[in-house]
Amino acid sequence: MRKDNLAVKGEAAPIRKKRRKFTWDDLELTLLSLPTIAWLIAFCYVPMFGIVFAFKNYKYKPGKGFLYSLFVSSKWVGLKNFEFLFRSPDIANIFRNTVGYNIIFIIIGITLPVALAIMITQLYSRKVAKVCQTAVFLPHFLSWVVISYFVFAFLSTDKGLVNSLIVSMGGEAILWYQDPKYWPYLLVFINTWKTFGYSMVVYMATITGIDQSLYESAVIDGANKWQQTWGITVPLLRPVISIMFIMNVGSIFSTDFGLFFQVTRDSNSLINVTQTLDVYVHKALIQSNNYNYSSAVALLQSVLGCILLIIANIVVKKIDPESGLF
Amino acid sequence: MEKKAKRIPQDGFNRFNCIKPTTNALFTLIFVLLAIITFLPVVFVFIISISSEASIAQNGYSFFPAELSLESYKYLWQSKDYIGRSFVNSVGITLVGTLIGLVLTSTLGYVLSRPNYYMKGLYTWLLIIPMLFSGGLVARYMVNTQIYHLKNTYWAMILPGACSTFYVIVMRTFFQTTLPDGIIESGKIDGASQLRIFTQLVLPISLPVIATIGLFLTFNYWNMWYGAMLYIDSNHRELYPLQYVLISIEKNISFMARNEDYFREESMKNLPSETMRMAIVMVVVLPIACSYPFFQRYFVGGLTIGAVKG
Repeated sequence: MRKDNLAVKGEAAPIRKKRRKFTWDDLELTLLSLPTIAWLIAFCYVPMFGIVFAFKNYKYKPGKGFLYSLFVSSKWVGLKNFEFLFRSPDIANIFRNTVGYNIIFIIIGITLPVALAIMITQLYSRKVAKVCQTAVFLPHFLSWVVISYFVFAFLSTDKGLVNSLIVSMGGEAILWYQDPKYWPYLLVFINTWKTFGYSMVVYMATITGIDQSLYESAVIDGANKWQQTWGITVPLLRPVISIMFIMNVGSIFSTDFGLFFQVTRDSNSLINVTQTLDVYVHKALIQSNNYNYSSAVALLQSVLGCILLIIANIVVKKIDPESGLF
Repeated sequence: MEKKAKRIPQDGFNRFNCIKPTTNALFTLIFVLLAIITFLPVVFVFIISISSEASIAQNGYSFFPAELSLESYKYLWQSKDYIGRSFVNSVGITLVGTLIGLVLTSTLGYVLSRPNYYMKGLYTWLLIIPMLFSGGLVARYMVNTQIYHLKNTYWAMILPGACSTFYVIVMRTFFQTTLPDGIIESGKIDGASQLRIFTQLVLPISLPVIATIGLFLTFNYWNMWYGAMLYIDSNHRELYPLQYVLISIEKNISFMARNEDYFREESMKNLPSETMRMAIVMVVVLPIACSYPFFQRYFVGGLTIGAVKG
């Protein structure tokens, strides 16, 4: 193994060309890519300097402009913003919600679509499979705003379908948007409803790409369906599953703002189970104009996510050297 | 038809290797149920939107309303200057955004796919880093509003989402794997510039990937509401896209409900009725629901291109 690596490296070295000159062709390509590079710098790189918010006590100085206020006149406070953040009583709850929901979403978001993808490729009728696949893909194209109206049609206190059913069966109407105990389940259900079809299609595309001769030889060796699934399909799905897994773990500190803010109608009574980091950042920014906390949280989110992404990638590569994102 | 679906496949190998008929029936049932669960809310909201006000006041939202009426759509048509305007906004943002997004992603994708490009390494890093690290919401908001002065403009809803690392990588992978080298060489020999090669030789044979990314962008822009929430304030209602109209209606209602004492019956009456709100939802959803089955294959194709490691 080691020797192989060395050999490859030894061969590669002489092939590598010397740094070429910058040709006319390169100039044309550079010009062609200029708008996109400008976009990247303007909308991705310039905001990166905004992390200084997290270490400053930003105060706008009238008449002096934003940049002057931020870099010159606002005071450096070191890690004070983070200290305040961790002293705030809500923060433990916010982290619990963010990470907790995400772990559940990752587990369901991988097992369910993989199982369904394997099942749907087994159906006798291609037509039924095609129609069902198309149908469950729909929620992927809908926005959380629209979905929040769907949910409202079912859960509205006085007119919702669920309450009408409960009342008609002699029960008592439930104040859905005021009772936090139902929402962890509701949120998991709604999120699964929106995302499973899309993931299923991703896995299906991989499964239909698997070489049929593998299954043929398995059948000749007497393997049944169950053994084929675990022996061929699942191992061949592993690279896709691990890419999905790594990406999800990398964003374990960020949540879908639309799900937790729009779908719950920003209801204050539900805040214990619906406030995640993104909701907190948004509210601190828009409702209380607290730039320092919200950017401290955002920085934390970004850094932790980046670290986790790298760790997850290393772990996945340890388990299976063929998989991994980079 | 039904019988045919249940029959064991007859073609070659599949005859020997398929699930039992009972398992097949069970799986079919599961998927039909899932499909129904997925479509039920859409159908439900549609039925609400064509129910009459009276029957909703009486029975609440129901799959079987006592009375049907198209009143809500008529009102929608009458309030053209607000709803119609926001519909035009949504369409405009979607078209312009998709166009800009396609130009941005395809050009960089093409440049990165050229094996001998001088700054390929640098550009790749420039592209990957934003995927790993970002300045966060606050920084983005402050930069967009204070430096670029995008607040309360259409550009605030268009520019920030026009490009993404993922789209560029999909483009690059497509160009890398499918463009025949000969075409670009022949263009160069004929003395064409890279811009000309790109627009006249590369783009015409890259329609699948253009369609894929174009559709990604189209659906994203059509569904865009967060940009409007951040950057458009309530004094600029003429800029609202449809999605945000839905949010602002909801906001106004809960605001009025909280301050009931201050608002008379009349002002509550001016709000769009329930059926009308659901009718707006349908205006948003119907174009998607009617078109996505035809475009679906591009999405699946795009995903598999993107999944190729690069």
